[in-house]
Amino acid sequence: MLKIRNLHAKIEGKEILRGIDLDVKAGEIHAIMGPNGSGKSTLASVLAGNEAFEVVEGSVEFNGKDLLDLSPEDRAREGFFLSFQYPVEIPGVSMTNFMRTALNEQKKYRGEAALSASDFLKLMRDRKQLVDIDSDLTNRSVNEGFSGGEKKKNEIFQMAMLDPKLAILDETDSGLDIDALRIVANGVNKLRRPDNATILITHYQRLLDHIVPDFVHVLYKGKIVKSAGKELAYELEKNGYDWIKQEME
Amino acid sequence: MQLSEHDISLQRLFAENRELIEKDAAPGVNAAREGAMEAFSKLGIPSSKVEAYKYTNLQAWFKAGYTQAYGLNGATSEALKQFECNVHELDSYTLFTVNGKFVAGSNVEALPDGVEAGSFAELSKKYPELLKRYYGSLAKVEEDGFVALNTLFATDGIFIYVPKGKVVEKPIQVVNVLTGEQDLMVNQRNLIVVEEQAQARVLFCDHTMSMSRFVVNTVTEGHVAESAMLDFYNLQNQHNGTVQVGAYHFDQAARSLLNANYFTLHTGVARNNIFSRLGGPHAENHISGLYVIDKNQHVDNFSFINHAVPDCESNELFKGVMDDASTGAFTGRILVAPDAQRTNAYQSNNNLLLTENAKMNTRPQLEIYADDVKCSHGATVGQLDENAMFYLRARGISKEEANILLMYAFAYEVIEKIQVPALKEQIRELVEKRFRGELDKCDSCVVCGQLGTGRAKSE
Ligand SMILES: Nc1ncnc2c1ncn2[C@@H]1O[C@H](COP(=O)(O)OP(=O)(O)O)[C@@H](O)[C@H]1O
Ligand SMILES: [Mg+2]
Repeated sequence: MLKIRNLHAKIEGKEILRGIDLDVKAGEIHAIMGPNGSGKSTLASVLAGNEAFEVVEGSVEFNGKDLLDLSPEDRAREGFFLSFQYPVEIPGVSMTNFMRTALNEQKKYRGEAALSASDFLKLMRDRKQLVDIDSDLTNRSVNEGFSGGEKKKNEIFQMAMLDPKLAILDETDSGLDIDALRIVANGVNKLRRPDNATILITHYQRLLDHIVPDFVHVLYKGKIVKSAGKELAYELEKNGYDWIKQEME
Repeated sequence: MQLSEHDISLQRLFAENRELIEKDAAPGVNAAREGAMEAFSKLGIPSSKVEAYKYTNLQAWFKAGYTQAYGLNGATSEALKQFECNVHELDSYTLFTVNGKFVAGSNVEALPDGVEAGSFAELSKKYPELLKRYYGSLAKVEEDGFVALNTLFATDGIFIYVPKGKVVEKPIQVVNVLTGEQDLMVNQRNLIVVEEQAQARVLFCDHTMSMSRFVVNTVTEGHVAESAMLDFYNLQNQHNGTVQVGAYHFDQAARSLLNANYFTLHTGVARNNIFSRLGGPHAENHISGLYVIDKNQHVDNFSFINHAVPDCESNELFKGVMDDASTGAFTGRILVAPDAQRTNAYQSNNNLLLTENAKMNTRPQLEIYADDVKCSHGATVGQLDENAMFYLRARGISKEEANILLMYAFAYEVIEKIQVPALKEQIRELVEKRFRGELDKCDSCVVCGQLGTGRAKSE
């Protein structure tokens, strides 16, 4: 589904990603861990098409398409989804209007008919239940005045609405209490299918207790320096990143 | 000061046509021309050296040589039918002016007893005592050359009178149409009187129906008596060849409420002079504006809120979305008189510049002579939020659609100020159309049902 080869990216002349290779297949869950500042969010942003970052080398193939050649909106329409580490507040744009516009533009791209008003509302209700999001949050402006936890839940709600093929969740677990974490994890698990895939970016083992990854990767200074099964997460939880840093020096 | 050649041409025009101008006007309106003549000979049309007109020089446009509206017969309501006006959308009392002259509309006979809404020329003769009391009492000829010019040439316009205690629920909609094959100058004069405990909602829709150049200088005086309420809306949808100076002078007595809203959705050069005097305790006003401009359009909102007495409140919100090489200006003068204690005065002006070529000048001017005052003002000039833009696009929304969502999000606060729900919905629709670039194409104005103009030619 996703094939990243030797990906290098810069911001303000500084090279942040320094040769990333990663393969994600349908049905898989990957976790990317790593110390702060190692480039995890940068990788997510580059994949989503944030123009602040400049790709200087490498390639990304997404379901046979050259991902880097697509606009951010076309990446989303092809089934790519990013749950933002810092969701943006947009006063004046209602959640409902936002989701209706997004969903219908995606449908149009795929040559499907727009949802009727009643089908759309039904879908909203259904997906709200899935992530247990407060009803009045969706009556408000996008993320405006939402608490940290509400913003994260809202990301998963959007994911549930848009039903992507590949989702990257950038620290969706941080700032969540245990109950919220369980709700978010449940949501992700319920959305899991053999034909979609998820990449979890996280600091903590605790999310991985709820969503069990097939692979764990360690990103350090812009490179994936270690990949293994879920046991790697336990090791990182127990021993921190120092031993990896030492191995690297 | 030295009058310009144009000023002199206007003086001569008046002298030569005085008889025609005065023929059907009320004695009080004619009497006021003396003072106007004297004032105009001192002021002329203000140049940009006059501080209040610093950002908008209108001298080039105001001269003799255009066809003059006072010389036309106006149009009959029969002729208006060709505009296929469809006013069912907004349940209202409807009046028209064509090139500044009143034309009977529909539904006006259904106005509550004693309420008048009609021709300024006619009603100023029918109500000489109202004219005497109010005409020129707020818009003073010696303070602005444009007021002097208007008072000199004024013949007709709209007169609205809501006697004590009368409540007019449905909006009184005035459709001001500019039309004809010739370039035209119009000096329209309006008077609105809302007496004690009375209420009115008034909407002025300004339209152009042909491609001629229109030079418009309109003066509206609005009196809101004790415990009365006036909701006033002005919607401008005119072609790029229009130059319009609109003066709106309001006076508010104790416990009165004024909402005045200005939507400039399409124009050439627009200057609004918005004056409001809070003259009795516990009077309150909300004055707002939204200007959405592009190409070489220019909008200048000049406002002056005068807190003359204690315990009043004013709220001012103007927002602009400016594209291409459009230019704008906002002046927010607030005067708090020495004994106007416990005044609340709030003002903000926010602008969204979509290109590097769009330019905005904004200046708050606060003169506060009382000490127990809550006053705030703020002005911003910014661009669309890049982060919000990316967030929307990352969900599959196109750049164009994301732009529209964000522009609308910026503007909605002003639309929220509209007190009449049906009108709010229609203006919301119109603003969205404007953002989509569909206003040019749209064959009629959703608010008053007027046909749009083929404005492509002027662009
Ligand atoms: N917008 C930006 N401008 C400048 N530097 C940035 C920007 N975003 C990230 N960086 C830098 O890139 C590096 C990696 O950041 P990030 O990808 O956010 O790390 P992580 O998500 O792994 O904590 C850091 O050194 C950070 O300072
Ligand atoms: Mg990060």
